[in-house]
Amino acid sequence: MKTIKYLGLVIFLIGLGIFTVTPFLGNFKLDQKGFDELISSQRIKSELLIEDLSTKLIDKDFSSATFLAPVLNNAIDKANATHIKNKEWGKKVYASGDNMAAAIRKSSSYGFIPENKGTMWFLTFGLGIIGALMFILPNVVLLGKKGIKNDGIYLKSATNRGLIAWLVFFFLVSFYIILYFYSEYAVNWTFLVDPISEALSGNAAGHWFVYGFMYCVVMTVMAVRMYIKYRHNMYQIFRTTSVLFFQIVFAFLIPEIMVRLQMPYYDFKNAFPLDYDFFFQWNLKDLIANGGIGIFILVWGIALTLVIVPIMVYFFGKRWYCSWVCGCGGLAETLGDPYRQHSSKSLFSWKVERWLIHGVLVFAVGMTLMTLYSFFSESSTVLGIKTQSVQNVYSLLIGAIFAGVIGTGFYPIFGNRVWCRFGCPLAAYLGFVQRFKSRFRITTNGGQCISCGNCSTYCEQGIDVRAYAQKGENIVRSSCVGCGVCSAVCPRGVLKLENGPEEGRINPTEVLLGNDVDLMELVNKK
Amino acid sequence: MEHIVIIGNGIAGVTAARHIRKLSDKKITIISAESEYFFSRTALMYVYMGHMKFEHTQPYENWFWKKNRIDLVNGYVNNVDHANKKVDLENSSISYDKLIIATGSKPNKFGWPGQDLKGVQGLYSKQDLEQLQKNAPDNKTCKRAVIVGGGLIGIEMAEMLRTRKIPVTFLVRETSFWNGVLPKGESELINEHILDHHIDLRLNTNLVEIIADENGRAKAITTDKGETIECTVVGLTAGVSPNVDFLKESGIELGRGVKVNRYLETNIKDIYAIGDCAEQHKGIGNRRPIEAVWYTGRMMGETLAQTICGNRIEYKPGHWFNSAKFLDVEYQTYGWVFSERNKQDYEAHFHWRHATENICITVAYHKDTKEFLGINTFGIRMRHEVFNKWLTQKKDIEFVLQHLKDANFDPEFYKQYEAEIIAKYNAEFNSNLSAKKKSLKRIFNIA
Repeated sequence: MKTIKYLGLVIFLIGLGIFTVTPFLGNFKLDQKGFDELISSQRIKSELLIEDLSTKLIDKDFSSATFLAPVLNNAIDKANATHIKNKEWGKKVYASGDNMAAAIRKSSSYGFIPENKGTMWFLTFGLGIIGALMFILPNVVLLGKKGIKNDGIYLKSATNRGLIAWLVFFFLVSFYIILYFYSEYAVNWTFLVDPISEALSGNAAGHWFVYGFMYCVVMTVMAVRMYIKYRHNMYQIFRTTSVLFFQIVFAFLIPEIMVRLQMPYYDFKNAFPLDYDFFFQWNLKDLIANGGIGIFILVWGIALTLVIVPIMVYFFGKRWYCSWVCGCGGLAETLGDPYRQHSSKSLFSWKVERWLIHGVLVFAVGMTLMTLYSFFSESSTVLGIKTQSVQNVYSLLIGAIFAGVIGTGFYPIFGNRVWCRFGCPLAAYLGFVQRFKSRFRITTNGGQCISCGNCSTYCEQGIDVRAYAQKGENIVRSSCVGCGVCSAVCPRGVLKLENGPEEGRINPTEVLLGNDVDLMELVNKK
Repeated sequence: MEHIVIIGNGIAGVTAARHIRKLSDKKITIISAESEYFFSRTALMYVYMGHMKFEHTQPYENWFWKKNRIDLVNGYVNNVDHANKKVDLENSSISYDKLIIATGSKPNKFGWPGQDLKGVQGLYSKQDLEQLQKNAPDNKTCKRAVIVGGGLIGIEMAEMLRTRKIPVTFLVRETSFWNGVLPKGESELINEHILDHHIDLRLNTNLVEIIADENGRAKAITTDKGETIECTVVGLTAGVSPNVDFLKESGIELGRGVKVNRYLETNIKDIYAIGDCAEQHKGIGNRRPIEAVWYTGRMMGETLAQTICGNRIEYKPGHWFNSAKFLDVEYQTYGWVFSERNKQDYEAHFHWRHATENICITVAYHKDTKEFLGINTFGIRMRHEVFNKWLTQKKDIEFVLQHLKDANFDPEFYKQYEAEIIAKYNAEFNSNLSAKKKSLKRIFNIA
């Protein structure tokens, strides 16, 4: 069994290695025809730029390691400087160097990778999946009798912030930086999944399709790991199945199929304000222009946020979204599960958390109000502040850096719910409802707690669960995502996720059950 | 300002300190030689097993003590001088107005030959844990461990060593694991479960001698069955007794522990004892005079804090309850379910066991009145509040079985066995009961 496991690890690492070097392999060469297509697709009217670029690009052979975007950006800036000076506004170039570089690579790459998409898919994704499963499946036997097993987590480098954890951190952060900021390098990856994308939406794959596909693959493989680790725990099994379903069907397949049917790309489970660009002008215009389906999406999106989310949180707590539906939560619960113990439980972190997450919520709501004002009043500024720049700042700081680079990249060091805990504006909103008006709580079982601290250690949201459990106090916290792991790891059966009557939900206990002050009086007082 | 000195920073002493602080402004000092800050002894096993780091066993952050003005003194108390109201440490002494003795327990040693050799240890203190990490870091250094004593610490130690793939032989004096406490069916279930985990369980076997090698390390043991078992580590886990040796000359009345009345007062004014080291003159109800249980330590701490802060109240533990975990099987008990050995003559049992899983329950009831006396559950979690209420209201066994769904505390979507349990009861007693649907109103007392 161990041999299979380590062989699997080797195969996985080979796949991962090939995937990692893929962006830097192969060549691309743009011919006259390709160049003309590029110019027309990017809507470039500047002869200056066209001339400049044609000498730089046409029939030149580049290796994939070439960094094209800065060259293009320079050329664009140079051309624009002249056009501005000459007040030739019609010729000004708005294309971005990054997008152009990605488009050039996509259309003009040649060599093994674009010509052997299937083989390349197998050597990267294929080996990765096979290797990972070989690594994971033997656990059915190796973990022994079913039951919660966290043996050795703090004795292993990978799960105790050792060298392996830092390497994973470095890899994930680099991956997100390429994805968000240097997409021209992600082009070679898009070839691997082109056939899949074409089958689904009819279009070639972009870098976001690579990400979406990878997200589903990673979640599925790691969900297998969850199924094995928590095989005795039906709550964990149902929950994992649910997030997996919503990720694959709602976040991945439905939007692609909608594109194929000439409808707007839309993820029906993605609620504002997590879906922060829902009210952006381009999106509203796009939806309205799409007629019936667009209006349906508009109404659904608003109803989801204003009606469905609060009602569901009232009945089930925010867990129905954060742990059963949300894609960010889904990745945190599958890929991130080995790292859940790293969330800081200090009081200091709790203070930081409350300021940050509510700050992001205020930012998101403020930005949306500005956006809507701009949309209806058709003015680009609110109180002298440009709506567009606020949107850009939010997209960069929150949408890309916080949700992406930090949110996932920091898993191995700060735990798996960094984004959900400190940044997600939707989690903040759901949290308000959960804290003040919900039937959900984690019940603690009378006097049975022995303060061992397993619950707190494995709380991914950094809640000091033990502090409540040892007082016999129900846990009613806005940050609890209801993952149920505190209950799973408790060796004494003290914790239970529960939807019950609101009355008596918050129970600051004076005397813990077991000490018989006057029990009937205590019972009657409740 | 009145100075309260507490010897021992375990759950009893720390709970007392916290509650005294809640209720008053007195000066509080806690003396401990074991660790700088309070930690949960119950979690030591998880540190060795790699589930947690030592810092996770500390329920309060390090700044907590200063902020709450609880002074921590690191030191070992040699003597209590009650005439001058002071405690003597190695190089200093601390005077007190009121003294709380909360020194807990120490592992039992029964004078076995070789019990002080290197490689022989108990598992109780932080130092024991550190010792085990040295003695048994992996299965190369520790080729085999022998554990002596068939109780909760013994099985925990076996579980710990097994996570590092160390072969374990487990010597149990009784004919079946923990059968002084558990009824037969349950004790058997645990025997099977222990064997399933590849622990070499030797029932009805006593330790005779621990044999040393040339360096004074344990290298083997012999049993009363005439066997010699080679091993590198010997775990002595044959129970604990109160840690009160330092009080022998103090004039404080001692039995096995520090003798206290129901107000947790010793024979000497202003000196109290709580937790594992306190011994009631007479057991409360069916309880034993000394109860080395986590939650009784906590309850005594809460009670004594009231007394010290002017609200003198009796220590009145309610209905007995407890829980434990045997490897993968969780165990909970509410009320009294006695083993065959200790069974009262009016006590009868109804037992149900799952056909394949390690799940079972035993309900104890009064033969004549059918009054519900207690329940043991293995692999099913139960709700403390509900059983506490039923015990107080003296419900009968049939009521309990019919309403068992109200008491179920398993996580959502777990398989439930109430119907099966009641079917077995109906078959045995020729009755026609049926399980009532779970009612949130009943559970949360909002009828």
